[in-house]
Amino acid sequence: MGYQNRVAVVGAGLTRFMRRAQETGKELCFEAARMALDAAGLRPRDVEAVVMATAPDVFDGVHMKGEYLADGAGGFRKPYMRSFVGGGSGVFAAIHGWYHVASGHFDTVLVVAEEKMSSCLPHPQAAFNGIYDQFLERPLGVNLLWIFALEMNRYMQVHKVPQETIALVSVKNKRNGLDHPCAQEGIPGNYSVEEIVGSEVMVWPVTRLMVSPVTDAAAAIVMVSERVAKRITDRPVWVKGVGWHLDSSYWTNRDLYYPKYVEYAARMAYEMAGITNPRREIDVVEAYDPFAYKELHHMEGLLLCDKGEAPRLLEKGVTQRDGELPVCPSGGLLGVGNPIAAAGLMKVAEIFWQLRGEAGARQVSRPVRTGLAQAWGDLMQVGTVVVLGV
Amino acid sequence: MSVHIRDYPGIPLKDRDIGEGRVLTTEWHVKAQYAWDTGAALSRFFRALKEGKIYGRWCPGCDRIVVPPRMFCEWCFRPTVRWVEVCDTGRVNTFSVSYVNWDASRSAVPRVPAVIELDGASPGMGIMHLLGEVGDTLEEILRRVKVGMPVRAVWKPPAERQGAITDILYFAPCRDEGATEPGGCGCGGAVGADRAAPTTSGTDACGCGGGEG
Ligand SMILES: [Zn+2]
Repeated sequence: MGYQNRVAVVGAGLTRFMRRAQETGKELCFEAARMALDAAGLRPRDVEAVVMATAPDVFDGVHMKGEYLADGAGGFRKPYMRSFVGGGSGVFAAIHGWYHVASGHFDTVLVVAEEKMSSCLPHPQAAFNGIYDQFLERPLGVNLLWIFALEMNRYMQVHKVPQETIALVSVKNKRNGLDHPCAQEGIPGNYSVEEIVGSEVMVWPVTRLMVSPVTDAAAAIVMVSERVAKRITDRPVWVKGVGWHLDSSYWTNRDLYYPKYVEYAARMAYEMAGITNPRREIDVVEAYDPFAYKELHHMEGLLLCDKGEAPRLLEKGVTQRDGELPVCPSGGLLGVGNPIAAAGLMKVAEIFWQLRGEAGARQVSRPVRTGLAQAWGDLMQVGTVVVLGV
Repeated sequence: MSVHIRDYPGIPLKDRDIGEGRVLTTEWHVKAQYAWDTGAALSRFFRALKEGKIYGRWCPGCDRIVVPPRMFCEWCFRPTVRWVEVCDTGRVNTFSVSYVNWDASRSAVPRVPAVIELDGASPGMGIMHLLGEVGDTLEEILRRVKVGMPVRAVWKPPAERQGAITDILYFAPCRDEGATEPGGCGCGGAVGADRAAPTTSGTDACGCGGGEG
């Protein structure tokens, strides 16, 4: 793949994750963007273009939410675009930020992701029902959780994985989230497997503590060319690879036990990064974990283990912060919260902080040179992957 | 969050902040209405449901009989060319047990969404629908429903059908629950046996299919 510029991440910012924030979406964007610029030592006027990720307009009841948020994201009178692939948007925005800079068009790009889900009443889950086919599926009285429960059960059946094993993802991520200063109140915690499995059944096999919450928050990163990176920092974190891929919307015609689209996205990113053996070459992973089983599903799709092997790595402690392959050291969506688009960019920010050694109590034990952030979205359909390295 | 950043913004609200008027909100109630035209493929599909039949489309490029039917094949990116009647029986590919309603409120009686792979269509061609006659409690449902289990459509009475996916009330376990082979569920030959479309491996095992439209 030929491109003009190497691209570095040089700063990141994050608001608190909240069930309901007093701030508007614009205000959340402003706080996260300003923090990212401050961290990078840049001024607003240094920013040449802005990328925004935010999920469905219907959450907010604001049409063309990207444009609405632009002023808060620093987009005033600048080249500005919105990335939108549902839950995959946060990482997709970082990919867009990458090619804005890699193309040679821009040297400094601000990437902002925002979600304010609390405005939607009675519950934003209802806003998601529009993702289902309006002819064949919505008349059945759908709920968003159905597709996840169907996919989780398929995964459990094909690989003979008990619910208790999958619950260990919630145990790990909710415990990791205790060390995240932005974690949503009441979301991280010390839970036993029994408490996770025994929590209220939402849509079996998904229980309440195997689902991430709804959250208001914003995240931001600053991406620059090598020219700028050399001038402003001694510790750039380079974008080594990016990949994205979309599968069919005929989701009932696919075998849900394995996310092929994540594999193709990962292969694209690995090829660009020159990674031939991701199991050895990736040191820390933020896999997308809106549901407990999703982390395992995605580890397999990312080729970090064989199909069906992720539950065993989890049981052996390999994916703990002090393990050989730490996964979701931030606490992830299950432990910190899930402001859809902002959750994806939070994962990119976490890898940035891990690679800079700035993650504090969340810093993984092993030395880290290469990390991966991944998100997923649309109708069990899209995979987005960014590989960062120092 | 970096160790170099101590102060992070955000004002979390509690319900009482709104209830006690400490924070102001503005409400907007939108009523959105839509009428979707069902298009070329689903118009035919829904008309057939009214007659108690399920139709797929055959693609000569990949030799798949696809359900839900579409006028184009997304694999081959070419038109599909033929209607093929498939069975109203199939296998449970995956299922779940739902205690939530559309708006996230709780329902007392669970519903059982499932993906059902239809006999007579190509392998892996599932549709989402509900299972019925499988019990009212989680324990009972988990005891009675198995992945791979043969099921059959339970239809609305003909006079009540509207040409909609809900003309099938739900899928119920086949009476002969010991059946393990496709076609062993007793549906064989229930629909037209004059197979007009080329067969795809495994698609005619139940003995149905073939009603070209
Ligand atoms: Zn085809």
